[in-house]
Amino acid sequence: MSVKRGIGVSPGVVIGRAVVLDTEETRVPKRTLPTEQLEHESQLVDRTFAAARSEVALERAAFAERAGTELADIFGFHEGWLADPKPRKEIQQLIQEKNYSAAYAISVFMRRYRRRFQEMTSPFLQERAKDILDIEKRLLRHVGAEARQDITELDEQVIVVAHDLTPSQTVMLDRTRRVLGFATDLGGATSHTAIVARGLGIPAVVGLGNLTSLVSGGDTVVIDGTHGVVAINPDASQIEAYKSQAAQQVEVQHALSELRDLPAETKDGVKVTLLGNIEFPEDVEVCLSKGAEGVGLFRSEFLFLQGGAEPSEEEQFQSYRQALELLGGRPLIIRTVDLGADKLFPGRQAEPEQNPFLGLRSIRLCLQNLPFFRAQLRAIMRASNHGNVGIMFPLITQITELRQARYMLNLVTEELEEEGYEFRYKAPVGIMVETPAAALCARELAREVDFFSIGTNDLIQYTLAVDRTNEKVATLYNGLNPAVVKLLKMVVDAAISEKIDVSMCGEMAADPICTMLLLGMGLRKFSMVSGSIPSTKRMIRSIAMTDANRVATRALQFETEREVMNYLREETRKILPDVV
Amino acid sequence: MAENSTHIEREVTIINSQGLHARPVMRFVDIANQFQSTVKVKKGTVSVDGKSPMEMMLLEATSGTRLQLVADGQDAAALIDALAKLVADKFHED
Repeated sequence: MSVKRGIGVSPGVVIGRAVVLDTEETRVPKRTLPTEQLEHESQLVDRTFAAARSEVALERAAFAERAGTELADIFGFHEGWLADPKPRKEIQQLIQEKNYSAAYAISVFMRRYRRRFQEMTSPFLQERAKDILDIEKRLLRHVGAEARQDITELDEQVIVVAHDLTPSQTVMLDRTRRVLGFATDLGGATSHTAIVARGLGIPAVVGLGNLTSLVSGGDTVVIDGTHGVVAINPDASQIEAYKSQAAQQVEVQHALSELRDLPAETKDGVKVTLLGNIEFPEDVEVCLSKGAEGVGLFRSEFLFLQGGAEPSEEEQFQSYRQALELLGGRPLIIRTVDLGADKLFPGRQAEPEQNPFLGLRSIRLCLQNLPFFRAQLRAIMRASNHGNVGIMFPLITQITELRQARYMLNLVTEELEEEGYEFRYKAPVGIMVETPAAALCARELAREVDFFSIGTNDLIQYTLAVDRTNEKVATLYNGLNPAVVKLLKMVVDAAISEKIDVSMCGEMAADPICTMLLLGMGLRKFSMVSGSIPSTKRMIRSIAMTDANRVATRALQFETEREVMNYLREETRKILPDVV
Repeated sequence: MAENSTHIEREVTIINSQGLHARPVMRFVDIANQFQSTVKVKKGTVSVDGKSPMEMMLLEATSGTRLQLVADGQDAAALIDALAKLVADKFHED
């Protein structure tokens, strides 16, 4: 058995067989396979070439229509190259002789082939290395797509091991309902894999370095998300030990589920509202089963990340309506599309940005793509007649952005009225407070909205100038940095004095050591991944407001995050020793 | 080899300015594949399959390069004629 340590991002222990995913743009890890699997890999090579070839043919035809056949001939080379049986033969030979996986054999062959061009003396021919690279990328994408597709057809439950997972991959995997756990080479506590895994309540460990080169498909793998450990091919007695750990955790979950129908209120009777964060309408059911009183954050961009065509206004409307109907009158806050940065606009060629987190993302992207934004607002407003919907604009940094977004909403409202639709005229409008700019101007913003929702993940990253997915600086990313705590206080104070609703939908809302601090600051609404609702409820039910107020006052006086953390840990331990 | 198989060799010189790059290679291979005969393309000691774009690209035949075409099969003569004409026509490039 070998053991790798990473960052445990979603607790729990699972044992299962591994499926290793290769992703586009990453070097394919070297992997050797048992002989009986080689025939499958050889066939995979044939299918990959066929798929790549028909894709090029389509692109060539489309390009010829726009640019003429002369230029389209460039694709002719790619197509002809992919039709040539020689490369396939050589790749299949590598598989047979060296037991390589299809993906690895393709990458080895293509790399060697490409090097021949780089060594040529004619600069014009050297340039062809780019075409070869293009073909290579296309093949690797198809071989990966094939591997991903295999997963959706699996009968058994698996542990997914990958270099990194994109939001859309994670979502796609999630929908197969066959994923026991995730383990990735890259990623931090707030990566998408982490968020999705926590939402599903399945164990995940990220930041494991070179795990993908250590694990082969079919290996038995244990993921211990509680301790951030992954064990590869454990022996029988080790498996037994992990199994008993897993059973224990099921018991704890069971105990928590008994809290489901009890109110989320403090020992002294102060009522708190617990809401769920969701990606898809179907997630509402899980939320309600965990005791959520509504949805505080519907990440609507996930509708756009499923692959395939961009959802139309009508399709969006159906999704929002479905969520509202499942909620049966309970609130649903829809965040308008928060794309850009790490989540790409599928099907649209975006120019790469130097600094995407400071670039064209989120509300900025929407305000520069008005037809797209308008379709979403129309879909939300049309759905408003089917339940209790609120609209939330993300990444607001100045009041004019809010006004522009509201202006669009008013236009849409007028349009719908003229077209004879029935809808709620006064659907609440709010913003995500997730930039220091919005926090510092919270009072002014509060006068123009119905609610705030504090997005701690981005607020922390922008306040502390830390990329939360960069392992080299990830330790600096801490919501208990006094700068962040002060901003949180400002936002809650502004909301209370302007008498608007305020909730928190970031990771911090579900962190047990922060519960007392947040209650003491005056926060009464928490929105989180549904898996965290039961444990947060238990925490809230153990707290007395007198303690929460005292803790919040004291926590605001420290100079370092270390002091704040230690203090909150200590106070939390006094109340519920087992959560710290 | 079939009964009335012929073996034909002919030397050609690449004269288009960009040499044997992607598009010429494809034109060459497309023509070669219209015939039954096999065709080898030799540059010095290097010999590649004239029907394989992958191998043809590796010839590194710049303008002025002399290549030996070696065809075997029933329609070897017609194949060599067609390919020699393509090379002489500068692959319809310049």
